[in-house]
Formats: sequence, C-alpha cells, structure tokens
Amino acid sequence: MKPRLRSLVTALALLPLTALANGEEKRLERLEAQNRELNERLEALASMLEEEAGSPMHHSGGVIVGGYGSMKYTNLESGKKLDFHRFVLYFGKRISERVRFESELELEHAMAGASYSGAVELEQAYLAFDLDADTTLYTGLFLIPAGIVNETHEPTTFYSVYRPKVEKYIIPTTWWEGGAMLNRRLSGGWSVDVAVHSGLETSAGSDYKIRSGRQRVSSALADSLATTGRLKWTGMPGVELAATVLRQGDITQGQDPQAGGATLWSAHAILQRGPFGVRALIAEWRLDGDGPKAVGADRQRGWYVEPALRPWEKWGFFVRYETWNNKAGDNGGEDTRQGNIGVNFWPHPDVVFKAEYQKQSGSDDDGVLLGMGYRL
Amino acid sequence: MSPLPLPSWILALLLLSPMGVGAAEQVFLEPGRFLRQAFDGDPPPPKVLWLTGERRKQVSRILGHPPPKLRVRYWLRGQRSAWILEEIGKERPITVGIVIEDDRVVEVRVLVYRESRGHEVRHPFFTRQFEGARLKQGDKLDRRIDGISGATLSVRALKRLVRLALWLHREVSR
Repeated sequence: MKPRLRSLVTALALLPLTALANGEEKRLERLEAQNRELNERLEALASMLEEEAGSPMHHSGGVIVGGYGSMKYTNLESGKKLDFHRFVLYFGKRISERVRFESELELEHAMAGASYSGAVELEQAYLAFDLDADTTLYTGLFLIPAGIVNETHEPTTFYSVYRPKVEKYIIPTTWWEGGAMLNRRLSGGWSVDVAVHSGLETSAGSDYKIRSGRQRVSSALADSLATTGRLKWTGMPGVELAATVLRQGDITQGQDPQAGGATLWSAHAILQRGPFGVRALIAEWRLDGDGPKAVGADRQRGWYVEPALRPWEKWGFFVRYETWNNKAGDNGGEDTRQGNIGVNFWPHPDVVFKAEYQKQSGSDDDGVLLGMGYRL
Repeated sequence: MSPLPLPSWILALLLLSPMGVGAAEQVFLEPGRFLRQAFDGDPPPPKVLWLTGERRKQVSRILGHPPPKLRVRYWLRGQRSAWILEEIGKERPITVGIVIEDDRVVEVRVLVYRESRGHEVRHPFFTRQFEGARLKQGDKLDRRIDGISGATLSVRALKRLVRLALWLHREVSR
C-alpha cells in the first residue's frame, strides 16, 4: 500500500476515536461548568443562610427570655422549712441598635395572695440608651449600684443558700428604685455610675430599719429623691473593687419631723486568683435627726468576709463571718454575728446545689441549709 | 410652688440626654489589621472549612449549641493559623480574632464588642491569660482562666471560642 493511501486509511480508522475523545472532552467541560455553578450556588446559599442567622437584627429582633430561681430547705433550731424562694423571669428586647429594654419579674415563695407570704415583684424594668460605645443611660426601674449581690444575684454566682445578711439588712438587697442612671466605662478598668432615683421611706414604727423603708416603686412617695454614685475598678482578672455613696434628703419622705437625711456608704472587694477567692464588704448608714438617734438607729452598719476555695471547676467551699446592727448608735444594741461554712456543687455552670451549716448569735437560727438554683 | 431640689434637676438632665444616642458597637481592631499582625504583614489567602457531618457535631459540643454558620474562614501558613470567630455572650455576638501555632494559643484579640455588659473582656489583662493555652482531654483548656465579676457570660463566650479555635486548628493542620 502506498504511504499516502496508508495515512488515509489510518486517519479514517481513527476518526471515530477522535470524535469519541472530543465528545468526552466536551462532556467533562460541561460537568466542570455544572460543578462550578453548583459550587457557586452552594456558596451563595450558605452566605444567605449565614447572613440571616448572624445578622444583628436576627439576634435583636425578638424578645429574649431568661431567668433564674432557687429552692431552699432550712433545718434550723427555730424550725424546718422548704421554700421555692425565687422564680424570676427575664424579658429583654433590643428595640433599636442603641436602645434596649430589660426587665425581671419575680414570684417569691411560690404563691402570692392574702393568705400567703409570697409576692409578685417587678424587680427591673428599664430602657437603656447607648449614648456612645462607653456610656449608657438607664431610665425606669433599676437595681441600685451598691454592694456585691444587689446587681449580680443569680444563685449560681454566690456561695451560701441565702445572700449575706449584711447585704440584706444594711444595703438592703434586692433593692430597686425608679429614676435615671448614667454609666460611664473609662479606660484602665474603671467605671462610674451616677443615679438619681426614688428614695426610702423609713419610719419610727419600724425603728427606722433601712430594709423596711423600701417602697419598691409602688406608688412610692417621691418628696425626697436620692442620689447615688459608684466608682468601680475591674482592671485585673478576678479583681473587683468598688465604693458607693448614696444621699437622701429625708429618709422618711417628710412623714417624720424627728428624722432627716441619710447617707449610705459601702465598699467591697472581690479577689479571685486560681482556686482561691475572697469577698469582703463593709457598709454603713448614718441617719440624721433625733428620732433615729433616740432608738440607736442613727448608725446602721455591717461587714463580712468570705474566703473560698474552688479546687475543681464543679466544687467550691467557703466560710463566711459577718456582723451587722440596725441599731449601732449610742442608744442601740449589740451586733448580730453569724458564721457560715458550706459547699457549692455546679454540675453545669448554670446550675448549683448548695449545703451549709450556719450559726448566729442571740438567735435560734442555727442549723443546716440546703439549696438548689439555676440560671436560664 | 417650691423650687425643684438638685436631684430633680439632675434627673431631668439625665432623662433628656438620650437625644444624642451614639454607636453601641465598638470596633477595637479591624479584622484585616488583625490578620496582617498575625502573619507579619503578609497574610495567606483565606481557606474555607465546612462545618458539616461529624465536624458540626463536635463544634456544637464545644459551643454548647449548633454553630450559626455553615463554614468557617481561616488563614493557614505552616503550623500557624488565624481564626475570626463570633459567639454570643448574652445577647449579641462578640467578634474575636485568635492565632494558633503548634496547637497552642499565640494571641486572642476582641475585634468587635456588641454586648451591653462585660466589656472588660476586651482588655489585654484578660485575654493574655489564654496565651500558651492548649486543649487537654475532653477538649477543655489546660489552664484556669480567672473571670471578671459581672462579665460572666462574655468570659464564657471567649473561653468557648478559644477552645473552638484550638480544635479547628487541629482539624486543618493534621
């Protein structure tokens, strides 16, 4: 066969194969294009889903619901009790990028009504305006910036079944008022709060005890507003130092001419380094006027110190010594002293079980206390 | 009518001050700048890791909830990786930049903070605690991180993100 003819025959023989290769190449190109398009579609879909899930409006669009609660068993010389002490629901909503609403509604002692010791309380309900990245204005009903547990009081955040007595009878937590508060966060871990708010209304009938003067912003007398200032430093991990001063022109809202103004000052420290921690607080009220002075209530004060050890994430141990007196003036009585020793067990960071032994001077409130608490 | 006492005037002034509300979001470090710092001014091109299947389950376990994203972008050169991750403390996402090298934390930076409480976590005195940390058994951090009073939820969010970055680094560098 002549060479030209051989080439022709070979070419004719390979023609189907070349056509097949060309077809395969085109098919691969088509598949690659389809694959590219599918990838692009998948990326676009993922971007859209992530955008929806991650956008600030998604997080702020709805009402946020949370809360906390605690149940307590007390086996004291004075008697035994089981009490679902607090059931608190939190509702919040970011109204706009810079305005949010926050609130806490509490049911105390499980039942509220004429024949029950419980109560339904509005503990917080305020609008917070972010004036800039470091300044927030609160208006409405808010917690007074004083002491350790008044603002941060979920049961998972402190030792002992009940809150420290000094913070109950002297601060007096849980203490909320209506008004306006400006919070400014400064550099170096400093922050300042200045608040003008409704005040207390104590009376001679209750020996001017501070705790009984809380009006709870329930048709509260507002003849005498109070002004509060707090300076706080949290410039190191595990460290908080703070001091509060509050002044009210008339602690009885003009109801008692024998009484007058009142000043609270308090200071506290929280130190946590590794497994070791300590909390300490001191607070004192000074009440003007002959009425408080006559019953020794012109000075009301207390302090406590609470060393703690948390060797494991889930277990913590503490001891606390505290002393307080709502009649610490010259004409008053003796201080009450109390010691607590106990353990907290956190099976989850938002769940706690507590057990402790308590001994109190001049009372039959000695005994064992158990508690459970949660935060949602 | 008696003149208003001083506290009333202060209260009135405070109540009028929202008229000039400003920005709530605070950007401490632009992500691009964070990446340049992490890679000596020359970051590698980003890569994408899909959070699907078993990987999604592991990420959910570390975060305590399913991740809001299907993919994570990351930057990898040799044994060093950088991650820009987001997690909600209480209400709004905190954006955090994390650099990992040889399975250890090199740096943690809060890039954008949007929460209403807990802003202290942005300070180096807090984030420095993570430097050198690595994962131990159970994908926990090998060290105790001291918290900040009143910033519990933001502290927990940062701890979760650092654990996640360490775990993801292990995924992409093996």
